[in-house]
Amino acid sequence: MGKIVLNQVTKSFGDTQVIPPLDLTIEDGEFTVFVGPSGCGKSTLLRLIAGLEDVSSGSIEIAGREATQLKPAQRELAMVFQSYALYPHMSVRKNIAFPLKMAKMDKAEIDRRVESAADILNLTDYLERRPGQLSGGQRQRVAIGRAIVREPSAFLFDEPLSNLDAALRVGMRLEISELHKRLSTTMIYVTHDQVEAMTMATKIVVLRAGVIEQVGSPLELYNTPRNRFVAGFIGSPKMNFIEGALAAEHDAHCIGIRPEHIDVSATEGSIQGTINVSEHLGSDTFFHVNCEALNTTLTVRVDGEVGFNRGDTVFLTPKSDLIHRFDEQGLRL
Amino acid sequence: MARAVTTQRKLINTGLAWAIGLLIFFPILWTILTSFKSEGQAIADPPLFLFFDWTLENYAIVQERSDYGKYLMNSIIIAGGSTVLGVLIALPAAWSMAFVPSRRTKDILLWMLSTKMLPAVGVLYPIYLIFIELKLLDSHLGLTIVLMLINLPIIVWMLYTYFKEIPGEILEAARMDGASLKNEILYVLTPMAVPGIASTMLLSLILAWNEAFWTLNLTAAKAAPLTAFIASYSSPEGLFYAKLSAASTMAIAPILILGWFSQKQLVRGLTFGAVK
Repeated sequence: MGKIVLNQVTKSFGDTQVIPPLDLTIEDGEFTVFVGPSGCGKSTLLRLIAGLEDVSSGSIEIAGREATQLKPAQRELAMVFQSYALYPHMSVRKNIAFPLKMAKMDKAEIDRRVESAADILNLTDYLERRPGQLSGGQRQRVAIGRAIVREPSAFLFDEPLSNLDAALRVGMRLEISELHKRLSTTMIYVTHDQVEAMTMATKIVVLRAGVIEQVGSPLELYNTPRNRFVAGFIGSPKMNFIEGALAAEHDAHCIGIRPEHIDVSATEGSIQGTINVSEHLGSDTFFHVNCEALNTTLTVRVDGEVGFNRGDTVFLTPKSDLIHRFDEQGLRL
Repeated sequence: MARAVTTQRKLINTGLAWAIGLLIFFPILWTILTSFKSEGQAIADPPLFLFFDWTLENYAIVQERSDYGKYLMNSIIIAGGSTVLGVLIALPAAWSMAFVPSRRTKDILLWMLSTKMLPAVGVLYPIYLIFIELKLLDSHLGLTIVLMLINLPIIVWMLYTYFKEIPGEILEAARMDGASLKNEILYVLTPMAVPGIASTMLLSLILAWNEAFWTLNLTAAKAAPLTAFIASYSSPEGLFYAKLSAASTMAIAPILILGWFSQKQLVRGLTFGAVK
């Protein structure tokens, strides 16, 4: 039903091409996340799919239909905006019912669908309030409610959680994931937060300057990043990159080691260094270790609480089977 | 200690605000007071403030000598007409400039406003000649058009800033929700813009009501509004301050009352965009 195919799609604003020719297929029912640094074109790509921007060339197919020239409403997609974009002068009930009213659905069916959406999203008690009287999380749920009542062929989310505080964000992340399980409708989700991407996606599309760097499941991207950019972008804290002699030992221009793939010891190991900063989170500990021999600082992540502190000399040993190797162009070897 | 200073400063600020307010209001207050004096008391030296023989005589004479109702009606027709006409023209203009801006939009807006920098008398001669040619002198239609044109730049500017405040994402959401352009304007844009349109209309009404240059120069008797009614009492036969004051009070009363009851809306309108 909700399969979306982009075929050689480009987008230019004036003389600037923000999306060079791009192909992408999003299978029905997939939770696809577009992730990348700000300005990478991920929101533009979403707006092209939504029909809020016109493609400069190429074609878009939605649910088996040629959709390139269709208006946003005719594409049968629902979108949740970063600012929620609720209608401030309407009650929650009217906000959620708006797309159904526009579709000229009959009153009884509108009521039934609104009640059911409100029930799913825990909004039943707030139906008569105005958006201005709701908290950020509730507003976000209204925006989602407005999207789900239409039973669209796909949902589009444009950084929906970035206006929420950290605790609410985790909660809403779960809610959206559950919603996806429940509806099994195609979802496309744009974020710059790789944690959101890793936790929610069935498929991640990493973008940089309008170009798709890699498409894959979260673990594929984590285990076998195609290039240095993806390797550095996916995973938190960031992957360590080492060039020079140590990389040459592994027949590579550059090697990458994730912070969690390094053993720390007080007595023995392959790289000696001094702890510059130690961050104790309780569940795990991050050390930023200054390694003079490599002329760089390596980040190390250790489970639980470990008895090292700032200024201590430690020995680091990367797990050799988990080292990523890259050539001069930054491509995976 | 800090608290004492704050209280003192508060008192000074309040006193200052009242002083400035009274200074601005004083001419109006004096006009109203004078309208209740006899002609002799009106020019008394030293001036009489509150303790004089209050009389309604002037109002009776003014009412007898000239037809207040006719002038009032003309004012309502001209101010109301120019406001409605102006908003009807400004709405689509402001809408397109706010939501479909081009590279020249800012320039056009500035150019429109720049017409307000010209002294009105500079175009009196050509407009007067055009009015003679089109037989618009001393007509409701002519005056309505002129006042509409005078206020149009301000109306467009105000509506433009109101529309600018409506987030584009909400309109995009409406588009995603299947609203046609008509429904988008009807169900989303207009309800959100109504407070803005209302205060714009109010301001336009006040400006048109008080406009004296064009109303005095382009009317004689038939279409003369309340400004002409006041002016008719500063006549060559000598000034009669008390009667002039009574006429002025009668002329400004309707708009003063309207302004008083809608002051909240008006303040919001004038500070919109500046204060979020």
